[in-house]
Amino acid sequence: MTELISKVPEGPLAEKWTDHKAHIRVVSPANKKKMEIIVIGTGLAGASAAATLGELGYNVKIFCISDSPRRAHSIAAQGGINAAKNYQNDNDSVYRLFYDTIKGGDYRSREANVYRLAEVSNNIIDQCVAQGVPFARDYGGLLDNRSFGGAQVSRTFYARGQTGQQLLLGAYAALNRQVAKGTVKSYPRHEMLDLVLINGEAKGIIARDLTTGEIQRFGAHAVVVASGGYGNTYFLSTNAMNSNGSVAMQCYRKGAFFANPCFAQIHPTCIPVHGDQQSKLTLMSESLRNDGRIWVPKKLEDVAAIRKGTKKPSDIAEEDRDYYLERRYPAFGNLVPRDVASRAAKERCDAGYGVNEQGLAVFLDFKTCMEQKGRKYIEEKYGNLFQMYEEINDVDPYKEPMMIFPAIHYTMGGLWVDYNLQTTIPGLYAIGEANFSDHGGNRLGASALMQGLADGYFILPYTIGDYLASKFKEPKTDTNAPEFEAAEKAIKERINKLLSIKGKRTVDSIHKELGHIMWEYVGMARNEEGLKKAIGLIKDLKKEFWSNVYVAGDNEHFNQELEKALRVADFLEIGELMAYDALNRRESCGGHFREEMQTEEGETKRDDENYMYVAAWEYKGDKEPELHKEPLEFKYCKVASRNYKD
Amino acid sequence: MKFTLKIWRQENAKAKGHFETYKIDGISPDTSFLEMMDILNEQLVNEKINPVAFDKGCKDHSGPVSFDHDCREGICGACSLYINGRAHGPESGVTTCQLYMRKFKDGSTITIEPWRSNGFPIIKDLVVDRRAYDKILQAGGFISVNTGGVPDANSIPIKKENAEKSMDAAACIGCGACAATCKNGSAMLFVAARVSSLALLPQGKVEGARRAKAMVDTMDALGFGSCTNTRACEMECPKGISVEHIARLNREFLSAKLSE
Repeated sequence: MTELISKVPEGPLAEKWTDHKAHIRVVSPANKKKMEIIVIGTGLAGASAAATLGELGYNVKIFCISDSPRRAHSIAAQGGINAAKNYQNDNDSVYRLFYDTIKGGDYRSREANVYRLAEVSNNIIDQCVAQGVPFARDYGGLLDNRSFGGAQVSRTFYARGQTGQQLLLGAYAALNRQVAKGTVKSYPRHEMLDLVLINGEAKGIIARDLTTGEIQRFGAHAVVVASGGYGNTYFLSTNAMNSNGSVAMQCYRKGAFFANPCFAQIHPTCIPVHGDQQSKLTLMSESLRNDGRIWVPKKLEDVAAIRKGTKKPSDIAEEDRDYYLERRYPAFGNLVPRDVASRAAKERCDAGYGVNEQGLAVFLDFKTCMEQKGRKYIEEKYGNLFQMYEEINDVDPYKEPMMIFPAIHYTMGGLWVDYNLQTTIPGLYAIGEANFSDHGGNRLGASALMQGLADGYFILPYTIGDYLASKFKEPKTDTNAPEFEAAEKAIKERINKLLSIKGKRTVDSIHKELGHIMWEYVGMARNEEGLKKAIGLIKDLKKEFWSNVYVAGDNEHFNQELEKALRVADFLEIGELMAYDALNRRESCGGHFREEMQTEEGETKRDDENYMYVAAWEYKGDKEPELHKEPLEFKYCKVASRNYKD
Repeated sequence: MKFTLKIWRQENAKAKGHFETYKIDGISPDTSFLEMMDILNEQLVNEKINPVAFDKGCKDHSGPVSFDHDCREGICGACSLYINGRAHGPESGVTTCQLYMRKFKDGSTITIEPWRSNGFPIIKDLVVDRRAYDKILQAGGFISVNTGGVPDANSIPIKKENAEKSMDAAACIGCGACAATCKNGSAMLFVAARVSSLALLPQGKVEGARRAKAMVDTMDALGFGSCTNTRACEMECPKGISVEHIARLNREFLSAKLSE
């Protein structure tokens, strides 16, 4: 049985990383030239890792499913990136960022990893500025900051509402520089379809050239997975249409443990669902909660009037508005963490105060800000978001408040990794959203960009050296090895099977059905009965998929239906795994809310005695997955119930 | 709402393409353009599953229409499309994915084509190959710094105005509308956006001239045309990138030439 060894170094928290770096092995420049590394994904984590590994002298191959590395979904992150620079002199520090992240994650992340993340956060900002990222600045020419949920200091760096875009363009530029130098070879429109193990170690991948359909083999000394999260299991999410969890599932099926799959983040400020023709949900940045106030009417008759259209939201008098976040959480107000804000919106809507036709929306209002700071201030800070809102909804948010509702946005769970970011398979690493390690049960705003770049620029390039130092004598991986042969054959069979079913259901119709099951039973509120039901429903749907799906076209051409079908096959398995994990975790923590476990005020109730562990699942074929536990220890943070009230 | 769609179908780069006509009905005005395309594709797949039940007056059975798309928030730059003769459709300042059906007249005919440019060969239907843009950036669209060993982020103050202007240019999403729109098939606005964004920052100034020359040379070598200042690119850019950046690119380019 694989044992879970986190490899967290001994010694005081603040010295662990420095000490670890000093003791891990390095590969000499001459030997780096002989070694190959495969990186999957070109988002912040993948692009930054590949660029840095290329700079170090390794031979890197990087793969992405889009037509260019720049399309990766990191590009859509709006609000910002956290760092403990303390430029605002508001008493921020590495420790405070660490503490906020642990607390925000509801004490389900690994202390040593989170501290390291906070520690390298400052290097990220320096690096990005050096690359030419045009962060927002003050008139004095120095960097500006704003506040995000779950923090009482101003530590978020931003580039208008396009921070993810600018950071990704920085990493993509660094990547391009290495491509030009020949240290990195880029494979756009290539999709990884399986991981190849030789003697239990990750030695390569099988990929499909999406333009020609050709199934290809690629060998390496190590494989780095930076393929993002699995939020699209829910069909409707804020993820890009092509974001998927398939690479993580391929690794899971090959023996990598999957940690905390049930921890999915539901973002409170998204544009509500408008009908059944919708393909995805659009996020409105959390930064809007700096100046926007969230409310629903106090009186049900006002709710009814707004739904009917006889009253406009702006007609509701100040005293008839329920600013419920300010009411319930006076210390943090509208800037409570995402899970708390999402549940509070659900609570009001469940009570009948939802303000759109479906009763599934609340207001995000800039009236107070307009009065105090003026329209120009809003235009400068949130102009593009306001424009985007108007395009989608045909309502001018300068005049009437925005309508928002929670939606699936990010997955904290992912491949289990140790302190070196290595999975349970030697030579297989997972970085960015694809791993589980830093955000626990709930990620704080502006921390995803931080983690992606921390892993890619500053952590993985060191830790992977420790593994490769013992491999430099090994020759290049031979892709004619029987293991590659077998993996390629299995993939071709899977594709042929999908194409030959020729049933009656479209791929999308099955994905949508899965999404409904997930949102209903594995969504914002979960309970034992519902989760058991979900597992049964997903199993049935899986059977339906494999016996009655219709995949148009063939393998030998550009075929987006086949791409979708391969991904949906994996979403079905992820959905089931998420339900197992949610069923096992009979406590409420972070984004995981078990209705059986709540306080009288409806807040989450953790069970630290029984569940203070990382749930790492091992694939067991057709049988139920096997649970392994990594106990979590908190030596440097006092474990307490999260309090955003006072 | 209902529409007649005239869509360009083409099997691959070498095959001959043609327009195919489709009818679509029951579209909500709040549906986005690409969601409308999803619905059409769902219809075309269902037509393949059961050809008898689906007689939409179309003899074409080549299956769903391929088109590039991803974030559907107007930021990734994956979506493209010529809609009724305009890049990203009739609205200004939005990408195709941000276009809503309420902007079209009920019952009208909509013509949908791929990007038309020498630099972007067709892969299938509406999908084109835009790797040329990656190649242009690989020629010099970066600042030559390695990871680590850089100064503190606040060690060099940057004028707010310059940072803002740099950001205006950096908003380019690399969709290709500029080159697809240009009568010369020039990618000048794309090149200028990157060159200008970096040239406005002290960090990027150092290799500004070299960058401009390398990127323009690569653009030329890849089969894109030259700029004759018609400004169509600016009109069709979904991110409103100004041709002012082309002027800055020309300045950088000239200084590179002069120092040769």
